[in-house]
Amino acid sequence: MSNGYRDIVVGGLWSNNQALVALLGLCPLLAVSNTLINGLGLGLATTLVLTLSNASVSVIRNWVRPEIRLPVFVLIIASFVTTVELIMNAYFHGLYKVLGIFIPLIVTNCAIIGRAEAFASRNSLPRALLDGVSIGIGFTLALVVLGGSRELIGQGTLFDGAHLMFGAAAADWRWTIAEDYPGILLAILPPGAFMGLGMLIALKNIIDKRLSGRKPAPASVAPEPAVAQ
Amino acid sequence: MKHSLPVIISGLLLGVFGVLGATLVGLSHQVTAERIVENERRTLLEQLHRLVPPAEIDNDILTDTIEIAAPEALGVARTRVYRGRMAGEPVAAVFSPIVTQGYNGAIRLIVAIRTDGSLLGVRVLAHRETPGLGDKIEIERSNWVLGFDGKSLDNPTESGWRVRRDGGEFDQFTGATITPRAVVRGVQRSLEYFASNHAALFAIEGAAAETSDE
Repeated sequence: MSNGYRDIVVGGLWSNNQALVALLGLCPLLAVSNTLINGLGLGLATTLVLTLSNASVSVIRNWVRPEIRLPVFVLIIASFVTTVELIMNAYFHGLYKVLGIFIPLIVTNCAIIGRAEAFASRNSLPRALLDGVSIGIGFTLALVVLGGSRELIGQGTLFDGAHLMFGAAAADWRWTIAEDYPGILLAILPPGAFMGLGMLIALKNIIDKRLSGRKPAPASVAPEPAVAQ
Repeated sequence: MKHSLPVIISGLLLGVFGVLGATLVGLSHQVTAERIVENERRTLLEQLHRLVPPAEIDNDILTDTIEIAAPEALGVARTRVYRGRMAGEPVAAVFSPIVTQGYNGAIRLIVAIRTDGSLLGVRVLAHRETPGLGDKIEIERSNWVLGFDGKSLDNPTESGWRVRRDGGEFDQFTGATITPRAVVRGVQRSLEYFASNHAALFAIEGAAAETSDE
């Protein structure tokens, strides 16, 4: 088991990134990563659910008997997902209309129950909270990068639909490569999601190899992403 | 009997968590329900106003509705028609037909028709057509759907109510003919339904006849 908060953050963001290393939560990851904003929206919703579920699982970890812990985790996660769905429907209606059918999918995101089982049920509240936030942000980053690159390659834009999330002021955030960019349909279709994810994983492995090659002894912590929080 | 105690405790614990979860969901439903209904109402109203200019009607188009059954023409067993009026005089009717001949399942449209039988506009509410090909029927992706504005059953004539590939007047998309063909057909059917039921659509007031009075 890792110690130190720093390890938790680095693990969530990079070395144990749920999307790129653990390959968990692929269903929402692949389905929603067709634009940057969609990815960001689902990523943030997932982070919220993950943080809440990690926190409550950690709080109750000493009371729940092992034989019923999984149903209890599922109950907790499902309740939070429904709550988040209702809140999004009420306060971010535009985004809800885009992501609506994917929000219930968060329940099936095995990264969440995975963290509840593997981490939150064995750690104190602050550590479980930090783990939820870090894992969530790591997942969000993967979604945003994958969504952004698919959007860029597929339809030649970035930040398409930003107004759904950030209000009317964001309507002109949309950035286009070139007026007559033909678009590459494959990137937007499901196969593009798989290819994009494969490339991202490969890229991460290359970076990891570079980093470990540079250092004489393999340190437990990759230095680069530790700043984020 | 010694073994059954842990089972009972587990069951009770599970029950407690079930109640807690249901309470959380119930509370958040209570807090958000009003806002969600209001959001949906506003979204619908915005959509209707985009087709039927608010300056041309003075009634509450959201409540001045009539339920009709026209499975043949509109693709749904029962559907609600929104009616816009100015000083009591009918101005336009808004249909929401479902077209089933799309490339991938049903396409839900909203079609606004003036009393003279010309189109105020058409929008696509929901569809599952191929992204990048068939989804150009969305107003966010192309202006294609604006091509219906002002059209009516005589303009173009019946043979013109097809996509160009079939000898008609409406563009198809490169690589996607089925989707626009289905939409053109759906819009034409709505116009036909409107033409043959024109009087009945506006005549039935409020709770009369078979309309629902919500």
